[in-house]
Amino acid sequence: MNGYRNSTETGYNFAYLDEQTKRMIRRGLLKAVAIPGYQVPFGGREMPMPYGWGTGGMQLTASILGADDVLKVIDQGADDTTNAVSIRAFFERVAGVATTTATDEADVIQTRHRIPEAPLKRDQILVFQVPIPEPLRFIEPSEEETRLMHALEEYGVMHVKLYEDIARHGHIATTYAYPVKVDGRYVTDPSPIPKFDNPKLHMSEALMLFGAGREKRLYAIPPHTRVESLDFEDHPFEIQRWEEPCALCGSRDSFLDEVITDDVGGRMFVCSDTDFCQRRSSDNRQKRREEVA
Amino acid sequence: MKRPELERPPLLEARDLSRLYGPGKGCEAIDFTLHRGEVLGIVGESGSGKSTLLRVLSGLERPDTGQVVYHARHEPGLERTGDDDTIDLYAIGEARRRALLRMEWGLVHQNPRDGLRLEVSAGANIGERLMALGERHYGQLRAAGQDWMGRVELDPQRIDDAPRTFSGGMQQRLQIARILVTRPNLVFMDEPTGGLDVSVQARLLDMLRTLVRELGLSVVLVTHDLAVARLLAHRLMVMRRGRVVEAGLTDQILDDPQHAYTQLLVSSVLTP
Repeated sequence: MNGYRNSTETGYNFAYLDEQTKRMIRRGLLKAVAIPGYQVPFGGREMPMPYGWGTGGMQLTASILGADDVLKVIDQGADDTTNAVSIRAFFERVAGVATTTATDEADVIQTRHRIPEAPLKRDQILVFQVPIPEPLRFIEPSEEETRLMHALEEYGVMHVKLYEDIARHGHIATTYAYPVKVDGRYVTDPSPIPKFDNPKLHMSEALMLFGAGREKRLYAIPPHTRVESLDFEDHPFEIQRWEEPCALCGSRDSFLDEVITDDVGGRMFVCSDTDFCQRRSSDNRQKRREEVA
Repeated sequence: MKRPELERPPLLEARDLSRLYGPGKGCEAIDFTLHRGEVLGIVGESGSGKSTLLRVLSGLERPDTGQVVYHARHEPGLERTGDDDTIDLYAIGEARRRALLRMEWGLVHQNPRDGLRLEVSAGANIGERLMALGERHYGQLRAAGQDWMGRVELDPQRIDDAPRTFSGGMQQRLQIARILVTRPNLVFMDEPTGGLDVSVQARLLDMLRTLVRELGLSVVLVTHDLAVARLLAHRLMVMRRGRVVEAGLTDQILDDPQHAYTQLLVSSVLTP
């Protein structure tokens, strides 16, 4: 019952959704966790924002959020972009939960398009906002047919797409929403995270939940689950690499965004995960101070 | 004393097959046996039930009554229903039926656009069935694609071109390559030369005949064109109003038709 206290905005149930809806979504989540990678239909609700802004992720977050949980929301790795700020403010208002930007302090992390650089721990839950949950959709428009293909494990067409990439570009040019096989069974769309983040899905300590609001599907990758990125024997899966380190923190092993700094071709590469970058920058400063002293 | 087996082992049997959409519409009481390495032609006018029969035989449409029995190779993946390697096509589950279609059979559509993925390159089209069977080596897929483009008389240089940039006859040959690349045991062809002009037809037929002989394919061929049947088929079944009116060796049927309808069919062929 402690879910009801703390709500700062009167007139709303804790975390916006009514309890029956949350229960329905939680039942769906249990099924999703039991069958890793399988897309479970759920009765998606109208959320107070447009489809495509993270309604699926928000419904999942609302369903699993407890009053004592600490919430972090990121958008493309950053805590300070519109989508992240708005969703964080929303849950502060309708659930009164504590929020943070620190990855290691968060219990629930709702994310759009990134997995934090800092390794996730057990007891943490990562909630993904998913636009198109069906990895077979690009080749098969019929939902009935794709469900049958999943049921019968007819996944040959997934490699047709990768083949086509190599034939056209000389390498696998799919860089985000890179298809994975979960627990050796279901081919799954890991949401539009860069393929750089795919290895983090494999044997993760944290529970990963995926919610698609418009398509009304949710799925999960439970902790310690095998997640393999599809590839060819002679064109193995590879993640992006950058030639220079982050201009702010000097990291060589994080995902970098290219930032245009002026209109004469100036550019810099910085970490997309702002929390990770700030932490490293302040650590670096600390180290320098210690060296000077 | 052990006698040598004179008759080739049966591959596909239709037992009293019926699929009717209405009286006389569809196919009714079809019985035949297709032997290994044989090309069986099914001829008849439009609406005689040829295509319905082909759909039922190839696992796309469940018959009202009757059985389609397939005598499989010793394939470890497929479970058997009888003591020998007999599979009743509609008694096995959909999963196994689709696996069978994908792994051991092939269906060549009349319109190559139905059988090809137009949005991906020719090489990807040829490689798709191999990838479905678990081939995961890009170099080998590509080599197989080029090899098969050569075999169906397409320029292997065009392996990365989209099928829509190919002519109708080339698309049809590409579709055939896409099916034959996995060496299917049994191929169904629905009017493979339909919609092609005569000279292109002749080349396609010539190529098909060579491939059938080289690979020892077993084929069920549906056509309304008696010339195509004459060139490719060993045996013929003549259909009318959903029933088989006459069946026998191709030359026998075309040179000495017994049934009135077959006589009409044979005599209505135009000769220039």
